[in-house]
Amino acid sequence: MAEKQTQSLDEVTIRFAGDSGDGMQLTGTQFTNTTALFGNDLSTLPDFPAEIRAPQGTLFGVSGFQIHFGSKEINTPGDQCDVLVAMNAAALKVNLGSLVDGGAIIVNTEGFNDKNLKLAGYLSNPLKDGSLGKYRLYEVDISKLTALALQDMGLSSKIVDRSKNFFALGMMYWMYNRSIDSSVEWIKKRFANKPEILEANTRVLKAGWNYGETTEIFDVRYEVARAKLSPGKYRNITGNQATAWGLMAAARKANLDLFLGSYPITPASDILHELSVYKNFGVKTFQAEDEIAGITSAIGASFGGALGVTTTSGPGVALKTEALGLAVMVELPLICCNIQRGGPSTGLPTKTEQSDLLQALYGRNGEAPIPIVAASTPAGCFDGVFEATRIALKYMTPVFFLSDGYLGNGSEPWLIPDYDKLPDISTKFRTDAEGFLPYLRDEVTLARPWAIPGTAGLEHRIGGLEKQHLTGNVSYDPQNHEMMVKLRAEKIERIANDIPLAEVEGEPEGDLLVVGWGSTYGSIRSAVSRVRERGKKVSHLHLTHLNPFPKNTGEILYKFKNVLVPEMNLGQLSKVLRAKYLVPTINLNKIQGLPFKAVEIETRIEEILKG
Amino acid sequence: MSSLVDEIASKPAEEKKYSAKDFQSDQDVRWCPGCGDYSILAQTQRVMPDVGIPRHKMVFVSGIGCSSRFPYYMETYGIHGIHGRATAIASGLKMARPDLSVWVVTGDGDGLSIGGNHLIHLLRRNLDIKVLLFNNQIYGLTKGQYSPTSEKGKITKSTPLGSLDFPFNPASLALGASASFVARTMDRDPKHMQTILKRAAAHHGTAFVEIYQNCNVFNDGAFFKFTEKDSKDENVVFLEHQKPLVFGKERDKGIRLNGFTPEVVSLKDGKFSVNDLLVHNEQDTTLSFILSDMTYKPNLPRPVGIFLSEDRACYEDEMMKQISSATEKRGSGDMKKLLNSGETWVIN
Repeated sequence: MAEKQTQSLDEVTIRFAGDSGDGMQLTGTQFTNTTALFGNDLSTLPDFPAEIRAPQGTLFGVSGFQIHFGSKEINTPGDQCDVLVAMNAAALKVNLGSLVDGGAIIVNTEGFNDKNLKLAGYLSNPLKDGSLGKYRLYEVDISKLTALALQDMGLSSKIVDRSKNFFALGMMYWMYNRSIDSSVEWIKKRFANKPEILEANTRVLKAGWNYGETTEIFDVRYEVARAKLSPGKYRNITGNQATAWGLMAAARKANLDLFLGSYPITPASDILHELSVYKNFGVKTFQAEDEIAGITSAIGASFGGALGVTTTSGPGVALKTEALGLAVMVELPLICCNIQRGGPSTGLPTKTEQSDLLQALYGRNGEAPIPIVAASTPAGCFDGVFEATRIALKYMTPVFFLSDGYLGNGSEPWLIPDYDKLPDISTKFRTDAEGFLPYLRDEVTLARPWAIPGTAGLEHRIGGLEKQHLTGNVSYDPQNHEMMVKLRAEKIERIANDIPLAEVEGEPEGDLLVVGWGSTYGSIRSAVSRVRERGKKVSHLHLTHLNPFPKNTGEILYKFKNVLVPEMNLGQLSKVLRAKYLVPTINLNKIQGLPFKAVEIETRIEEILKG
Repeated sequence: MSSLVDEIASKPAEEKKYSAKDFQSDQDVRWCPGCGDYSILAQTQRVMPDVGIPRHKMVFVSGIGCSSRFPYYMETYGIHGIHGRATAIASGLKMARPDLSVWVVTGDGDGLSIGGNHLIHLLRRNLDIKVLLFNNQIYGLTKGQYSPTSEKGKITKSTPLGSLDFPFNPASLALGASASFVARTMDRDPKHMQTILKRAAAHHGTAFVEIYQNCNVFNDGAFFKFTEKDSKDENVVFLEHQKPLVFGKERDKGIRLNGFTPEVVSLKDGKFSVNDLLVHNEQDTTLSFILSDMTYKPNLPRPVGIFLSEDRACYEDEMMKQISSATEKRGSGDMKKLLNSGETWVIN
């Protein structure tokens, strides 16, 4: 047997791709967890189709999972992949474009039979016709080897076929020197009630690993050392899970009951699923009959003194619009989480985008301002939604928390916060009847008192009609209306006194500032650091508070000759910055249902710096 | 898990004898003079003291419409919500605060048109919420369009050649949505309304009460056949549990089931006696559908009263049970532990 070499790498990007029924998401997630446990920094991009199980072998049924990991700081799931694991011809066709020249392709040869080739639109077999000459091609009969590993178990061919993804996983574990232990443990737990499948998957995982060790076609193994992350305790977390836990932590720190009124919608449903598991935390989750019942039940709950939350995506926010206006008018705390996806209308449910900012800012009838907090990373969803809750409670207002499909489904290592050190964001219910008026505002915050039903002496009625200042009675008085519209606007503006100043990465002034929000964080950061490594000057401002902006935002913008705003939309933050600060922002727009590649932003930065 | 709300929710109310006046807010009532809503408001305020719940534990939730101005006139907590969504708002409130007495006031437009969906889901879920639907067979607040309960062919502002819709029968719709309590009463029969309101209040579950209400400006007289002295007796049959269905000024007519079909029979001509008549049973769901179906049949009197009153598990009770049993099984949740759970690793 030839000696296996071991090479050290700083970073690698692997993409697993196959049919949507092939278990690529599971494979990718397992590899991610193991890699996180090992200690690499990482970023992931699940890329799956909208259909549940498209016909086998079709191009539109290809499901992929990309992971970029390394011993250095990793900010993006990788512009291109170094290794493509393709379980069938369609997976190769769809994903070959993202593979670097000279990259490795590992294929399951069974997935390249005549039927698959035809469905994928190949006139000749790419494995044989030399078209893959510039790559390192590894042909593995994964299907056959899986069947061999299980031959004495008497399993149906369907179950055998379903386990082949574990073979691919095992091979990759070997190739990148990862332990199979955590996956073995996971299989034990997940299939505890199905001993046959437990045994099969474990065998196949080990078979894949052993294959890597013994086969001659793999002559190199790779090492990717642990990253130098800040000391502390870590776990891997997806954005949606971080959002769920952030809401729970915020409710606890506010000493309130969490009430979620929600309706399933891609890519937000996982938050509903996650929260529904925690009944022993007193979390009440209500799968409502539709989006509108989701938010209105949350408003009812807030009226009763709970922390009302609703989670959805763009189309759901559209439906919730009228109720959001009601929440603004009744001035009750409410968190509305929008996990953005490709729009407009039904759009691209499983693809990411950030095109709902203007909707969040302006989507109601009348002047109905709502504060906005946007997460920049998957783990950042925890802090983002916690902050959104803090604002909602202190200012008695609905608040938007913006995330997106890429953050929601993507994952990264998370430095677990010390729960005891999280801020106390508790508020007090009004109980004193003396001098109580439903719309008598706090001098500083302009928030009205939270007087909940069940409190004797504070009986009052609120609603969507315009309110008289102080008393909250219905009022059509002209002066009163103008006053109330301005008060509601002022209340939101004053939040700027209560949020951190914006911080620039890099020099505080210069030729170019790149401004972003949401999930473009990683790509911008990557691009900016690459340019700076070459000795050029460019700074990065990433906003998390989008309404109101931090107080010093304008001041920062004015110190730069050029302001570049990369966005996954047609220029929404850009439009708002221009309107508010009269700065001629430069747009860089990508609306393809995919995150920016760092190189796309890097190229534009270089162009602008050249002048 | 305890929270800030517990102190308020569990605070015992001091013993207080309320009067109807205690339930009147300080707001001027702005319905049109002669509107049936005045009567409904008065009966509600009259009944509340007997319901025995302190007014600060009561919440009236409404949508949009003349009916929905109701909460402003009750000295309780109230939300004047958005069109059609009162049932959903109330559901969230009740789930968060099962200790409160939650009432929904809606109308034939608010509850059966835009609000139809939320209404049927509330009914099938059976939260302990009272739904008062003021049916005036017209859109009053927007000045005279037809509603889902308007008769076919009705000429209104939006249907100058007559409406084309067949109307909902609110009671049948509620029964079809698996409601556990369905009743019908009338604005111009205060005693009957009080009885029905008291029964609705006492029912543990969603209580759906359809109230015929006269809109004297846009649909005057829609229910006079059933409410006015000279025609009421001949055209209404009052449903009373375990009593035979008898009606008529002389109490000389009855309802008999011919197979599954109700028919009117005379009790005077010797053919049938009281013993041949249909006897009402509030707990019989099959019978409730048959009785409700009499509503739009021209040859039958209008059924009024309680169609159905059955005991069914309440959604919020089951929700609380799940929480208790989960807490018992897994212990009260510990956030610090949760954050540190799963596969973690330490970097030094």
